[in-house]
Amino acid sequence: MDFNRIKEKLNILADAAKYDVSCSSSGSNRKNKNNGLGDTGNGICHTYTEDGRCVSLLKILLTNHCIFDCAYCVTRKSNDIQRAAFKIQEVVDLTINFYRRNYIEGLFLSSGIFKSADHTMERLIAVAKKLREEENFNGYIHLKSIPGASDELMYEAGLYADRLSVNIEIPTISGLKLLAPDKKHEDFIKPMLKVKNEIIRYKEERKIIKSTAKYAPAGQSTQMIVGATGESDKDIMYSATHFYKNFQMKRVYYSGYVPISTDSRLPSLGSEVPMLRENRLYQTDWLLRFYGFSVNEILDADNPNLDMDIDPKLMWALRNLNHFPVDINKAEPRMLARIPGIGMGSVHKIISGRKYRSLNWEHLKKMGIALNRAKYFIICNSTDWERRDLDAASIKGMILQSQNSKFKNQYNNQLSLFN
Amino acid sequence: MNASKTLVYDGSFNGFLTAVFIGFEQKLTHADIQKQGQLQSGLFAETETIFTNIEKAQRVWNGVRNKSNSAIKNIYFAFLSEQNNMEALIYRYIQKLMGSKYKGATDFSDDGVLKINQLAHKVGREKHRMEAFVRFQLTKDDVYFANIEPDFDVLPLISKHFRNRYADQQWIIYDLKRKYGLFYDLYTVEIISLDLSDIHTNSIEKSFAFTDAEYEYQDLWNNYFKSTTIKSRINNKLHVQHVPKRYWKYLSEKKEAV
Repeated sequence: MDFNRIKEKLNILADAAKYDVSCSSSGSNRKNKNNGLGDTGNGICHTYTEDGRCVSLLKILLTNHCIFDCAYCVTRKSNDIQRAAFKIQEVVDLTINFYRRNYIEGLFLSSGIFKSADHTMERLIAVAKKLREEENFNGYIHLKSIPGASDELMYEAGLYADRLSVNIEIPTISGLKLLAPDKKHEDFIKPMLKVKNEIIRYKEERKIIKSTAKYAPAGQSTQMIVGATGESDKDIMYSATHFYKNFQMKRVYYSGYVPISTDSRLPSLGSEVPMLRENRLYQTDWLLRFYGFSVNEILDADNPNLDMDIDPKLMWALRNLNHFPVDINKAEPRMLARIPGIGMGSVHKIISGRKYRSLNWEHLKKMGIALNRAKYFIICNSTDWERRDLDAASIKGMILQSQNSKFKNQYNNQLSLFN
Repeated sequence: MNASKTLVYDGSFNGFLTAVFIGFEQKLTHADIQKQGQLQSGLFAETETIFTNIEKAQRVWNGVRNKSNSAIKNIYFAFLSEQNNMEALIYRYIQKLMGSKYKGATDFSDDGVLKINQLAHKVGREKHRMEAFVRFQLTKDDVYFANIEPDFDVLPLISKHFRNRYADQQWIIYDLKRKYGLFYDLYTVEIISLDLSDIHTNSIEKSFAFTDAEYEYQDLWNNYFKSTTIKSRINNKLHVQHVPKRYWKYLSEKKEAV
């Protein structure tokens, strides 16, 4: 193996793949077979990059040659960058050798599109097949579904991969037309739909025949770029909800647009990555998936965007003060989960703890509840609780004063004296 | 009855469970259970030496497990924390558990229960970190070798994970702090102790014990680590929070930074 050449390629093709944010390696149930190599579990982050993101998979492109010219993408045809391509065996060797040293949970293979969608998809499948069949590799494999790939290939991909994903990238169809005129919305949807149907079919068969092979056991995911086309948070979250519901997505990822181009259709180079907004979108996503909220409770025509200075649950609570205060010792779990400052872990602790005795502030504090937010919304076994009839604005003001955020300068509208 | 006594055990988990058994048998409300060699006896306290008895230990284990699976896990994890005084905490925890009408020790409004939960949580996090941060290096004898110095004694907890995952390669994970390790020889995992005068942690200096290709792969990995970083999003605080500096010595991608 020519390590120097491999190193060059790895630098180019890892650099190009890093804008794909998905790095999860959980949700699969593949076990080690016949004393082979690897298994999957709850997912492990083996290290974190200096920007604080988890590294759990070897995330690379097979090639960054591409026939498309999507404005938001680094590997677009018109971009003047170094191009490279891995051979199939090279990717297999890298994966196996990194895996054996406990660097990674598996492989996340994506690719620029060369020649045609099907030709590219075939090569991706070839890597996964080789890993599974020749190396007896049972670690995690995430393959990208190439937009426009045929149903037969998508079927085959699911037999070797744990997860498949198509990045929808632009949440609105109008945005897609503007930035990626060669790509059609239907091309993204087609492979997604095929994979979804196969997953359902395999699940049904498994109920009857236990030994049915696995088909994409960790499901599908997708990704949307945030802040490239002037879309609202409502646009993003409604389309995320659409994918969760109709395509049974395991995850939708939100990726703050990192300026990489001087194209006038996009935010200019040097403009800041919308990281705070990205964070608020993820918080909303969690509220939808784990806290029993529905999307129209948080975002609607009157409130198309999330507040940047407070989290979405607090935002909801301030708009719905009529639901509060909630009695910690009596409320049902559903309502406990809606109190700002209380996470699902704390909800479980409260429910188990209150069987033994009526809980007071001291107990709640020790359980790790963020009382600086929660105290305005709850009563517990104590005569001491917020009696003033506060309106939403003053509660918000007091909460903001009690906390210190590193993003403060991004939303603080108070003028600084010496600037 | 109602007595307080110092019970001295040999430091093993079974020894500890035996001591718990004796404590319950003698109906001690407060059992001061201490490791041999680290004994600090009270002025007037009576001392009894406990001889590990697998059968008695087993009875405690089963008794707790019948009450709650998560409690048995919490107890074992908290024990491995090697924290001062954790024996007395666990003893009280088992007392509460056995006396409770509910299944499991779930009274999170009780300080002792909360404390054991937090200890177990800490140990669990260290276990998970070791599953993440172990970096094998391939020796010329075809063994994948890794050193660790975990905060808690987590080798017994990670053995199964590595056995299941790396079933087709020989590997050693060695705890430098506690001077013992695990060796998997393609069939079983054994506990070993080594004289490690020449194999050191992941340092920049190359050791003759490892293959040449080993250093090439480390180099590739370090390069990958660099090129996968997005420069416009650098957030060092978050980076160090996830990869605390005390672990950098294991990690080949951080060896230049150490």
